[in-house]
Amino acid sequence: MTKSDETLLSQHFEITGGDFNNAGKASTSIKEILQEIGIDSSITVRTSIASYEAEMNVVMYARRGELTLNITPEKLHLKLKDEGPGIKNIDMAMQEGFSTATDEMREMGFGAGMGLPNIKKNADKFELFSIPGKGTSLDIIFCLNKTEKK
Amino acid sequence: MKLKEIIEKLQLKVLTGQDKLQVEVTGGYTSDLLSDVIANSKQGNLWITLQIHQNIIAVAKLKDLAGIIIVNNREPDEETLQKAKEENVPLFSSEEMAFEISGKLYELISS
Ligand SMILES: Nc1ncnc2c1ncn2[C@@H]1O[C@H](COP(=O)(O)OP(=O)(O)OP(=O)(O)O)[C@@H](O)[C@H]1O
Ligand SMILES: [Mg+2]
Repeated sequence: MTKSDETLLSQHFEITGGDFNNAGKASTSIKEILQEIGIDSSITVRTSIASYEAEMNVVMYARRGELTLNITPEKLHLKLKDEGPGIKNIDMAMQEGFSTATDEMREMGFGAGMGLPNIKKNADKFELFSIPGKGTSLDIIFCLNKTEKK
Repeated sequence: MKLKEIIEKLQLKVLTGQDKLQVEVTGGYTSDLLSDVIANSKQGNLWITLQIHQNIIAVAKLKDLAGIIIVNNREPDEETLQKAKEENVPLFSSEEMAFEISGKLYELISS
């Protein structure tokens, strides 16, 4: 392992599907951690946007999931893995405005179909992998060295 | 402009966050879509919305918003009030509609 791959910090969060009472807690904790360790504020803002959207998708669509934050000297990595219905058509899900949110969710202000596109927009690297009927995983990466941005 | 002054001028009812009224407001953002607010609001903005569900508190907290103005005389859910207190997010209500409050806030902040 080279020094640049060295894990400086790793945190794990559980997310429960349908639990709107605790929704957003993992993302709030992550933001607090990033502020505490002095991550650049623009990266903290972008990470907060991405982690909130990813966390809410687990709350809205999956049974359960986990979110792991991993920081190395060069990268901030958010990894999400959920057990749920998965996404059949990823291209469609990535389109701005596409949403399968229920009326109830829309009434609460979700379902604009902006979550996944905004995660992609804010991340330096974004990968979505899904097995329909099983679950979805997301890798969201932010470069901590400015020059590496996309 | 400080939160305190805006509350007086817009005649907002303070529901929570009484001790945070010295915060400087950087602008406003009017929207009822949470993804939109998460993506586009800026630190120190006052968020104008008719959403009353508890999810608005996490959004305000994550984006370091100055507070939330609930319009149209809507009453926040009990969980929303509870969470706003726990997280110390200033929550206000107004009888006016989003259009009026947004217009007045814009006038105040840009003048
Ligand atoms: N973890 C997931 N498991 C299953 N389906 C998902 C998951 N995440 C997203 N989807 C599907 O992809 C669609 C688009 O997701 P996206 O986050 O872009 O929008 P949304 O959640 O519908 O609305 P918004 O995020 O704006 O509130 C969702 O409506 C849903 O059908
Ligand atoms: Mg979403």
